[in-house]
Parts: sequence; structure tokens; C-alpha cells
Amino acid sequence: MKFTLSWLKEHLDTDANINEIVETLTRIGLEVEEVVDPASSLKGFITARIDEVEDHPDSDHLHVLRVNTGKEVLQVVCGAPNVHKGLVGIYAPTGSLIPCYGETLKVAKIRGVESMGMMCSEKELMVGDDHTGIIELDSNTEIGMSASSVLNIDPVIEVSITPNRAECLGVRGIARDLAASGLGKLKPLEIKKIEGTFESPIKVSIDCLEDCPTYTGRYIRGVNNKAETPKWMKDRLTAIGLRPISPLVDITNYINYDLARPLHVFDADKLKGNIKVRMAKDGEEFLALNEKSFVLDDKALGICDDEGVQCLGGIMGGLNKGSYEDTQNVFLECALFKPECIARTGRKFQLDSDSRYRYERWVDPMSNISGNEYATQMILDICGGEASKMEIAGIENFDAKPVYLRPEKLKTFIGLEVEKEKCAEILSNLGFKVEEENGKLKAISPSWRGDIECEQDLIEEVVRMIGLDNIPLCSMKSEGFPRPVLTPIQNNIMVIKHELASRGMYETVTFSFTDSSIAKYFRRGNEGVLIQNPIITEFDEMRPSVLPNLLIGAKNNIARGYPNMALFEVVPEFYGRNPGEQRTVASGIRVGKTDRKEWTGSTRLYDVFDAKADALAVIAAAKGPIENPQITTDAPDYYHPGRSGAIRLGKNVLAYFGELHPSVLKALDIKTNVVAFEVFVENIPTPRDNKSKAKKRLELSQLQAVEKDLAFVCSKDVKAVSIVGAAKTADRENITDVRVFDVYEGENLEQDKKSIAITVTFQPKDKTYTDTELEALMNKVIVEVGKKTGAVLR
Amino acid sequence: MSDIEVIKKEIVEQITNASDLKALDDVRVNALGKKGRITELLKTLGSMPMEERIEFGKQINAVKAELDTLLTNQKQVLETKQLNEKLKKEVIDVTLPCRPETQGRIHPISKVYEEVVAIFSEMGFEVADGPEIEDQFHNFNALNTPPNHPARQMQDTFYVNNDITKEFDKDSAYVVRTQTSSVQIRTMEKKQPPIRIIAPGRTYRSDYDATHTPMFHQVEGLVVDKKTTMADLKGCLYDFMKEFFEVDDLKVRFRPSFFPFTEPSAEMDIGCLKSKTELKIGTGNDWLEVLGCGMVHPNVLKACGIDPEEYQGFAFGVGMDRLAMLKYGIPDLRTFFESDVRWIKNYGFAPLDISAMTLGLSGNGGLTR
Repeated sequence: MKFTLSWLKEHLDTDANINEIVETLTRIGLEVEEVVDPASSLKGFITARIDEVEDHPDSDHLHVLRVNTGKEVLQVVCGAPNVHKGLVGIYAPTGSLIPCYGETLKVAKIRGVESMGMMCSEKELMVGDDHTGIIELDSNTEIGMSASSVLNIDPVIEVSITPNRAECLGVRGIARDLAASGLGKLKPLEIKKIEGTFESPIKVSIDCLEDCPTYTGRYIRGVNNKAETPKWMKDRLTAIGLRPISPLVDITNYINYDLARPLHVFDADKLKGNIKVRMAKDGEEFLALNEKSFVLDDKALGICDDEGVQCLGGIMGGLNKGSYEDTQNVFLECALFKPECIARTGRKFQLDSDSRYRYERWVDPMSNISGNEYATQMILDICGGEASKMEIAGIENFDAKPVYLRPEKLKTFIGLEVEKEKCAEILSNLGFKVEEENGKLKAISPSWRGDIECEQDLIEEVVRMIGLDNIPLCSMKSEGFPRPVLTPIQNNIMVIKHELASRGMYETVTFSFTDSSIAKYFRRGNEGVLIQNPIITEFDEMRPSVLPNLLIGAKNNIARGYPNMALFEVVPEFYGRNPGEQRTVASGIRVGKTDRKEWTGSTRLYDVFDAKADALAVIAAAKGPIENPQITTDAPDYYHPGRSGAIRLGKNVLAYFGELHPSVLKALDIKTNVVAFEVFVENIPTPRDNKSKAKKRLELSQLQAVEKDLAFVCSKDVKAVSIVGAAKTADRENITDVRVFDVYEGENLEQDKKSIAITVTFQPKDKTYTDTELEALMNKVIVEVGKKTGAVLR
Repeated sequence: MSDIEVIKKEIVEQITNASDLKALDDVRVNALGKKGRITELLKTLGSMPMEERIEFGKQINAVKAELDTLLTNQKQVLETKQLNEKLKKEVIDVTLPCRPETQGRIHPISKVYEEVVAIFSEMGFEVADGPEIEDQFHNFNALNTPPNHPARQMQDTFYVNNDITKEFDKDSAYVVRTQTSSVQIRTMEKKQPPIRIIAPGRTYRSDYDATHTPMFHQVEGLVVDKKTTMADLKGCLYDFMKEFFEVDDLKVRFRPSFFPFTEPSAEMDIGCLKSKTELKIGTGNDWLEVLGCGMVHPNVLKACGIDPEEYQGFAFGVGMDRLAMLKYGIPDLRTFFESDVRWIKNYGFAPLDISAMTLGLSGNGGLTR
């Protein structure tokens, strides 16, 4: 909402300067977003008189002036048609910045004649719109004065109006609030009753009082829409960014911003029959002022004549029957439309207008008749003509329920004591009718306020007038010592992030949306959760896995020349559309090599075991079981079928890991190798809450452990884990560790065979092993491995 | 000079002249070996008369001991020499770089999350979270924002069809939560006051330009009990901002504002110094809007089955991305979500950076490298 200082002063009698006004506006909840004060850019510009005018020797429209600044007389070349001897205008010396052009004025030679500075137009100084000639001040104006002291400069203030304060979408509402805050006095608004000299030939009726409780109209004949809109009105409209069009349009716009009172003017000669306010028929067409055509439905409110909908009530007029330059007889509308109806129709047909904006919030329901009188008077004053009697359909009514304020609530709810009398005074100043009733204040809200429903609303009015800064600051203390505040899952998520970062991975944050054309590979058989109204097509699905976004990130890094990276994110993925059908996943990818090539040759390509290690580290960080989960080879199909796995506890999948499937990478146009892991954080079982913080008792043997290597030959499909597992179970008492140290396939072995070599650690308990004992132990291992896997000693 | 003295002199000379360990060993063998000259002399002892034998024996053993010491010393000298020569050949250019290792990073959003949790936990707040696809009751209606409420037009909402067997219906569709306030509602539905929670999380609005991304992060707070006032709200938020920005003194300003779910509502500005190149918090005469807050609207309490005559409290919401930008001087919001490894390396935090009031909220994890 924009307005100018002079416009505000039309309603507010105040001595306050612009700074005080701006500060107060923000303090009372009308946040000032911007103040544009043209005076601030006019330093150095002064009044000066043209003492002589000569024709430019080399031009038929330029003149050479002798300009008297009071201190010196300078030669200035000027092209304005209105120059004449004795004209007093605004002179810009060389070196000044011309606001309109944003450029510094230099000494120039114009067609061979030197020019020292320039005489300015209103537009050049951005104090008005006129660019037909240079500014001509009263010829008695003293010369050498600062421009801002003689020009009629009107600062523009822009405030942001919250949806509950619709009355401040009119300058008068803002003035009222400022007056209530003590910054001046609200001037009375004079509205004269206009009796009208004849009956309106156009009658009005309302079919749907629910959505349009009041409709007033007036026929005005013999108006002159070619008349000039008064300069003050044009200036104000221009200042707030509205283009003056014709007096009738300008008047409706002006009153809309002045009193937050929307109006509409029909060309009465184009209307056929009477005005009827009714719901449109399904399929009824309407051609709006913006030259767009709409097919309406039966929930859109139409202002209709015999030929159909001529105005979408409260939102936008029609193209066919509005007022134009040659309009002579008009029908003025000043009506009330209900917010719900306006909001729905505006949204449905995506029509925005200043009227809609106001009706959607709140328009004073008691301002239809008075608004009609006020607008009629203004039309008569500016365009002439003769007004009919007013046509009124429906009734004007505002039935505000009283709201009670317990003054002691200020202390218990806000923490600030305010006396009852002060509360009453503030509310009265804001237009409330206030009475005392059993120690409470009974307040009836003024008709321009549609937002007062409960005690808290009144408290807010009092508090904002007193100033929020006057409320004390009270620190909040925790009761007792601070306690851990994260749930086990929240805590796990935090630890996992730090674990992965300490493993050299970079945490990233990507959108929860992803591109369905990539996401489709990652849905694991679930239905895609598509966004109905994505902001761009690449963000049209709630991610079924975090990997697509990590891969898109990787792809972009590769394109920027960074082919190696390790990225992770710990966030939800969405497996269903219902609230809560999401689970937290710690996901990561490692792309390319461990680093760029370097002189020790330590870098290598990432492989599936990096991803597996990451997954296990995540599980450990979340205190999950890393000793006994199964590793199975049934990862989802976006992984490489032969180089991926799942980490599970029975049916419960803790994680997937592996190389990504080449066809998925191809779809993403990624040409390097990528390994990935996904750990489902909520699936990790939480350890039983063991109150004791003591660690497991450590028993150290004094005897040296014995390590023995055994190489087995087995079928290729035997998994390493089964050999290791069999070896471990061969003698749980003595065997403390089994480790694979070699895997071999190829020469010297049959086609379908491989060799797996393990180191078994035997730990004697009471005395060192004899050779026979050791042999027996190793034999146990060989037998057990053979029994479980069919492997034989090589 | 006796023979033995002559022999000794010769051998000592040989020891001194031995240039390497091999030569020295030859000298030793020649002198003290089985057939060495001293050994040979010792062998002659047996044939000597007793008195002579004792005398000569003493003499020769003394010489032998002396030579032993000389040999040992010389061996050490030569070994050192040899080692030094070997080491001289083993020189490595230690200015070469080490084997590469990558120090990981924590994203600024996670860092700010941890800082926010650390501060509010000191004030007794617990951390709550909730679903990101929401029904409209929890995202809007329960927050005193009925379908045609103008505030519902202020934000463009992403919708998800709630029933794929039917045509999309905006009124019954789910939304991707536009605020984490829905978590407040879910908390109040489950738990009776007193309540002190913060709800940090991802939120979504259909807006994508220089200063808006369709997903961003908010932390909301909610306090409901029998006594909390707007003065507590002001104190709580003042303390939070001061601790978060780690400044001793902070100018703050509260302005009346409007949110459907609070009454009275306010916005909080903090004092700062704005210049073309930087923004400094805690100094200067400019204001920066940082959060919205207010006393919980009675309708919100009622929607959650809490009696507003008995209970009252406050709520607030602040953008975590914005907090990160302000505190850590990150200029562009959109870059948070681009996974650019150069950005993460520069703006991310060391893995050991822990956010705790007692450790210093930030910068305690060593340098990033």
C-alpha cells in the first residue's frame, strides 16, 4: 500500500515530520517498506531566472539562455519549447546527478555552443510527470533558493498491510491509526447527501443476499469524461504507480485507495434493462476489462443486465459496458461483496485487482451509501452532470458482537500492567464503542474492523498502541539441569552425520522433490508420490530415495570439472502419499576415485566395499548390531545385480549398498563409476537401555595367540561369509578371529572353483597348545568348513 | 722395545688405518683370530718357565685387552661412518605432499540445527518432528486458517493428490507442509501442557527466485503452560538471538504483525550494520527482520483440545537457512541446495565441530582443511 505524505495529511492533522511518521507506522504494525523522498536527490538544484533567450545558431529548436542563479550568470543550451525571458525555473549545475537519468551532468558543447548545466522539467527531477517543457515557477520566486524548498515535493511511503488490517488499504485508515497512536488528529470526512433530481431509469435487485448483502447504484447523466482529472489527483495516483486514464476511472481508483472503498462505473447507455446481482449460470461467458474471456460457473457473482454478466462482482468490470472517453451517462455502483465469494472466484479465474484485494479482506459494510454519496459528489465536481436518486438493494448492516477485555489480562497474558482507563482510551481512539461492565471493558468494534473476535484481539490493539518495546524481557530458565532433549532417532541422525563427515564425506542438502523421469528407477515397487502443481517439471515427485538427487548433484559437479566426490544426506524419503509415509535414510554416494592422481599412487577407484563400509559405519554410529547382521545379495534393481547387497536382520532391512546399475547411470548420463549406500535409520534396533555405563569386562590372556593360514577351494557361488562363519563356529572357545586374506580364481583351479584363504587366530587359555592340540583345532576348522560349504583344503 | 710391543704397535697402526669394517675384521683375525699373531704368542706361554710365564702372560693379556677395546671403538666409528654414508643416500624430498585424505564436511543447515537445539535445550525445550506431507487440517485449519482465509493466499502451497483413484480435489488433497507449525498441532494433540518444544525441519512453498527456494528450513517453537506471557516470549527470543549470533549485546525490536495462529502477533528485528559488502550483526543502526512470533491464538489451543482459559503460551518461527546466511556470511540461498563440492568445502563445517553452549557454540572443531 502506497500513499504520499500530502495525501496522508488530507486526513491527518499533524505537525510530525516524515521520520516521525515512518517510525510510528512501523511501531504500530504498519510496517514501512520504503520511503521515496525526491527531495533527497535534489541537493544542489536551485531556482534560477532566464535573463536572455537567443536562438541557437545551428538549430531551429534549441535556444541559448543566459541563466541567472543569483550568484552568477551562465550560458545554458535548452530545447524546451516554453523558454522565455523572465522565466524562473529549476537549474541543475554541472556536476549534479539528474534523478531521471541517473547521470552526472557535465559541461557540454551542444552543436558547437557550450552549455553550463541545464534547466529541468518535472519529470527530469522525478517530482512529477510533465516533460513537455521546463518547470515554470511563479515569476516572483526568489532565485538561488534550493529546489526542494520551492517545489511541491511529496514523499511516497509504502507500507505493508497485514491481511487483518483491510481498512488500512485506504489512506484514511492509516491516518486513523496514526491519530490513535497520538501522532495527530483525524480530520472529519465530509460526506454530503445528494438527493438526486430524478428517478434512476436503471433499477437494482439482488438474487443472492448471502454474497451481496447491499448494492447501491446511481444514474448520473450528462457527464464529461473528456474533462481533465485534477492535477492533485493525477499526481497522487502517479506517485503510487497508477496511470491516470480518464476522470471516471481515476475517481474510482482514487477512492479505492483513499477510503478502501471499491466502486464501479458502467456506461449507462450500454446497459440493457435493469441491474440484477445474481450467480452466473454454468457456462455463461464474460469478457473482462483485461480483454480476457471467461466461462463462468454458478459460484461466480455477476452484476448483470438483460444481456448477461457485465461485471464480475467485486473483482473486475466487463470490457463491453465500462466507461470510455465518450461516455455521457453513467451508472455508479457502490456495493458490498462477501470475502469468501470474492476469494473463490478470484482464485478460480486467477483474476487479481485492487477491488478483489480489498473485498477479499474486509470492506466496511456501512460504507456503501456514504461511498456512493462521496463518489457521486466527486464525479459531479470533476465531470459535471446531474445525479439521480440513489438506488439501494439489500440493507446496510453491521452487527458486531461485543468483545470483553479484562484489563488484568494485560499483566497475566502480556506481562505488562496497563490501567483500565488507558485500555479504554486506546480502544475508543481506534473507533471502538467502549463501556465498563462488571470490571471488564465491553468493546464493540467499528464497522471498518472485521478482525475483532476475541479478547486477544483487543489485547493486541492495546499492546500495539502502547508499543511492544515497552513489554519487559523475561529470560526463560530450564527447570533443573538441562537434560538431553533429542529422541534416540534424532540423536542417531546427528551422530551419523558426524560419522560420515569424519569418513571424509561431504554433507549436502537437496530438495525433497526430484525429477520423476529419474525417480522412476528408484521407487522399489511403490507408487510415485507426484506433486500436483510442481514449480518446475524437474521437481515433480517427492523423492522415493535420496539417491536421484545425490546423483544429479554428482553429475553437476562432474560437469564443473570435479569428477571425484563423496556426498551424503540424512533425510526422509517418501514411500507413500499419506502423512507419515516417510522414513529417514542415511544415503551416500562415492563417485570416481578416492582422490585425484598423486605421486605416491595411493588413489584408487571407489568400489562396493567402500559403500559397504560406509553402511556399516552408519549402523555402528546408530548403535546398531554390526557383528551379526546378514549380508544378502538382494539389493533393489537400481544397484548392480552382482555387486550389491542388503544388510538385514531377518526381514528387517537395515541398509542397501553397492555399485549403481549401469543403465541407471546411463539414464543420468553419468560416465564414471558410482557406489552408493542407503541406511534406513528407523530400522536400526535401539539397544536395550542398559543403565550401567560400565564397559564390558576385558579378559586378557597372558599367552600368545597363534595364527594359522588355511586355503580352501570351493565352488564359485560359495560366499566368503559362510566360510568365515563356519570357521568361527568350529571352536568358539579357542578361535577368536577369522579373517580372509586372499581370494583367487583362475589358473590351476577348475573353471567353477575359487580359492579362499583365511587366517584363523587361536587363543590358548591356560597353557600353550601342544602340536597335537593345534593340529586337532585346525582339523576341526577344516571339517566344519567342509561340512557347511563343501570347501576342501587346497 | 720388546717383540710384543712391536707387534702391538703394528696392530694398533693397522686398526687405525682400517678404512672399512671388512679391513678392520681382517686386522682382528690377523691379531686375535685362531692363528692371529697375539694368539700365536699366547700359545708360546705353555713352553715358558713359570715365572716368565706369569710375567709374559700378564703382559700379553694386557695387550690383548687393549687391542680389543681399540677394535670395538674403531668398529663403532666405522659403523657410524658406514650408516651415515647409507643415510646420505636415503634422502627423500620431504617437501613432497602427504598421501591425500579428505576431511568431510557438515552442511551449514545441520550446523545451525545443532546450534539451535543446543541453545533451546538450555531453556528446557525438547525437539519435535512430524510428517512433511500433511493433511490440510494440521497445516491450515487447526492453525486458525480456514480455507478462504487471506493468509492461505499469502503462500503458494504444493499439493499431493490424497487418493489416486480419484481426480485431484484441492480441498481434500494433502499438502507438502508450508510450515512446521503442523508439528505444534500434532504435539498438542498428543500431550497435555506444560509443553516446551522446538520443531526444526524442512518446509515447502511454491516460490523460486533469487531469495526463495521451494524448500527451505524453519525452526518453530511452542510454549504452552499456565503462566507464560509475551514478556517471556520476548526474553526467550532475545536470549536465543544473542546466543546464536554469539554477540555480547544485541539490539532488538518487536513490531506488531499478523499471523492467523497467534494473537497478538509480532515480528522481531535485530540491529545490524548493512553495507554493500557485508552485514554485521550486533552493531550499527539498521534493522533486519529475523522472525515472526506471537501468543498462541485461543482457536489453535481449542483445535487441539486445550482450554485457552486455563492455558496460554507463545509460538515463533524462524528461517534456519536465513540464520545460517546471516551468521556465516553465505550470500545466496539457492547455493545451499546445489551440492557443489566447492561450496560445501568452503561453507561446510569440520566433522569435529560440536555445538554445545559449554564448548562454544561454533568453531571448536579445529580448522577445516
